[in-house]
Amino acid sequence: MSKELIRLTDLVMAFDGEVILDHMNLYINDHEFLTLLGPSGCGKTTTLRIIGGFQTPTSGDVFFDGVRINDVPPHQRKVNTVFQKYALFPHLNVFENVAFGLRISKAYSEEQIRGKVTEMLELVGLRGFGDRSISALSGGQQQRVAIARAVVNQPRVLLLDEPLGALDLRLRKDMQNELKRIQQQLGITFIYVTHDQEEALSMSDTVVVMDKGVIQQIGTPEDIYNEPKNAFVADFIGESNIIDGVMVEDKVVKLYGRKFPCLDGGFAPNEPVDVVIRPEDIDIVPQDQGQITGVVTDVTFKGVHYDTIVDFDGFKWLIQTTDYSPVGAHIGIKIDPDGIHVMKKSQYSGMFGDYSSYSEEYEELDTVDGEDGEDGSREGGHEE
Amino acid sequence: MKNRRGWFSVPYVIWMALFVVIPILIMVVYAFTTADPITGETELTVGNFTGMGLYLSVFGRSFWLALLATAVCLLIGYPVAYWMAKEGPGFQRIAMALIMLPMWMNFLLRTYSWMSILENNGLLNQLFQNIGVIDLYNSIAPFFVDLRNVFAEHFGGVTTNFVPIDHFQLIGTPGAVVLGMVYNYLPFMIMPIYSVIIKLDNSLVEAARDLGADTAGVFRKVIFPLSLSGILSGVTMVFVPSVSTFAISRLLGGGTQMMLGDLIEAQFLGGAYNPHLGAAIAMVMMVVVVVCMVVMNHFGEGEEQAVML
Repeated sequence: MSKELIRLTDLVMAFDGEVILDHMNLYINDHEFLTLLGPSGCGKTTTLRIIGGFQTPTSGDVFFDGVRINDVPPHQRKVNTVFQKYALFPHLNVFENVAFGLRISKAYSEEQIRGKVTEMLELVGLRGFGDRSISALSGGQQQRVAIARAVVNQPRVLLLDEPLGALDLRLRKDMQNELKRIQQQLGITFIYVTHDQEEALSMSDTVVVMDKGVIQQIGTPEDIYNEPKNAFVADFIGESNIIDGVMVEDKVVKLYGRKFPCLDGGFAPNEPVDVVIRPEDIDIVPQDQGQITGVVTDVTFKGVHYDTIVDFDGFKWLIQTTDYSPVGAHIGIKIDPDGIHVMKKSQYSGMFGDYSSYSEEYEELDTVDGEDGEDGSREGGHEE
Repeated sequence: MKNRRGWFSVPYVIWMALFVVIPILIMVVYAFTTADPITGETELTVGNFTGMGLYLSVFGRSFWLALLATAVCLLIGYPVAYWMAKEGPGFQRIAMALIMLPMWMNFLLRTYSWMSILENNGLLNQLFQNIGVIDLYNSIAPFFVDLRNVFAEHFGGVTTNFVPIDHFQLIGTPGAVVLGMVYNYLPFMIMPIYSVIIKLDNSLVEAARDLGADTAGVFRKVIFPLSLSGILSGVTMVFVPSVSTFAISRLLGGGTQMMLGDLIEAQFLGGAYNPHLGAAIAMVMMVVVVVCMVVMNHFGEGEEQAVML
């Protein structure tokens, strides 16, 4: 339906021997909303900056519309960027910020500029804000100006570098919808960088999960969530219990010595595998009806559901359920075959322990990776 | 609550009162009074101001030379500051040291050094003599003098005879005074501009490039407007000491380039002893300088506001 617009081939980026991007290959279609998702230091911002022309890859090529653009400077590329901290010009008012690119191009009359800027301010919901100074705007409004300033130049591609990172939760949700609307209205390609999986899932057509400079999985949000390719993706996208298992035969997997029916197949007999079970796919049932039984060790009310931690002979699982089970209760659990996701063992196997479900655990991962320093310091600041 | 540590500022307030406010008040009192030289009686008068027209040329020269020095400092200082800010931290440290190094030397000593360089038989003239520049001048200049004389004969005018020189007149010229000011005050221009440019958020530069600006465009539309505050404080820090200097103009001006500082000094320490007139001149100079600064700062803000509006 849509044609390829950007292609990255065998991209390598290394600083002082430290590899930021490791032989990355990716193509991006026209009119697509593509998200680069991963923890700090995974190389997603570097990828974006290479497409924007702010960094030159150590090796590999960048093609835009079939033309190699490695050596094209940023101001000659048909892409525009919404920067992480907006980078609005403090000496110019809202109108002049948006008009900046138009004035530089010298292709428009004053009247045309006025029309285009007014139209853009309307698009981002800032009609009548033209005369305001940047410092008089809230974070959300500055964000909108940054978007208007970029899209007014009619780029083929808009690059967005964690644009919602500095906003509070409520505003972030609003802006997610807003961005999706703007993308559909303008019909241009958005390449969006974030470490927030929810943001990625709710806005994107395609999600690219990255870690350590390597693409872990490319797919639609549904694919990524429902069929994670390895333990890293499973852990990073949503919350999950990742358990060592053995694939007895097609459609039967053994966990803790018990056989469970599942839908996966194609493994060698008795091959060790990673098994991912989403916390919301587990049902709590009376002890005698359960496939396995355990003891509740912790319950946290989360509004929509309870986060229930259950201990199965020393292995702790996270279960999300609307049924309340008190701490100390002996319960059984049932998992439907489609709730069990079997994956090949990867370098990530065993990294996330037996319950990789606490939100703190994600932060630990973040700080470990943040030491790469590529963009760690900027991203570290706004975890919830 | 908000002023709980306010008493920390008390020593500073006392200091300011003692050494800034009170001296200014004394100056104002002196400026508006006059003392009878014999009886010592003082009386209120504005005579100190009305007679000041005599010194108009000194005022003019002071402001003109200070303005020239400020302009030269800006023309040299801005590129240096910009270039420094763009280089690596190692280079910045060395450049900073080189710029600050002369400041470790005594101000008078520095200026005396320039005297010995610029004197009629100083280092520079000796150099010119030794490499033959003065002989060259003496061999070429007569031709131009003759040419001028031919014109003078035809169109009317004074003819002159060429007199060979044995030195260039460097010291005692306005140029020497401006040179002294530039040399002494250049760091005060470089530093504020440098510190503004170095603090400039690089993402603004990237944003401008992203929006289609080439290197010149980035400078013109982003870096320069955002470094205006540094330029303003640099201009202030060079202009104010330049306009009121007396050491530079006396040592390098050779007594021919009297400036306000010299004039004022002469009223307090020199033969023209008249502290009341000295105070009045100092007051006028202060008012003019303050007005200049206010207008300039207002212009600077106005610039920003004009763009904002």
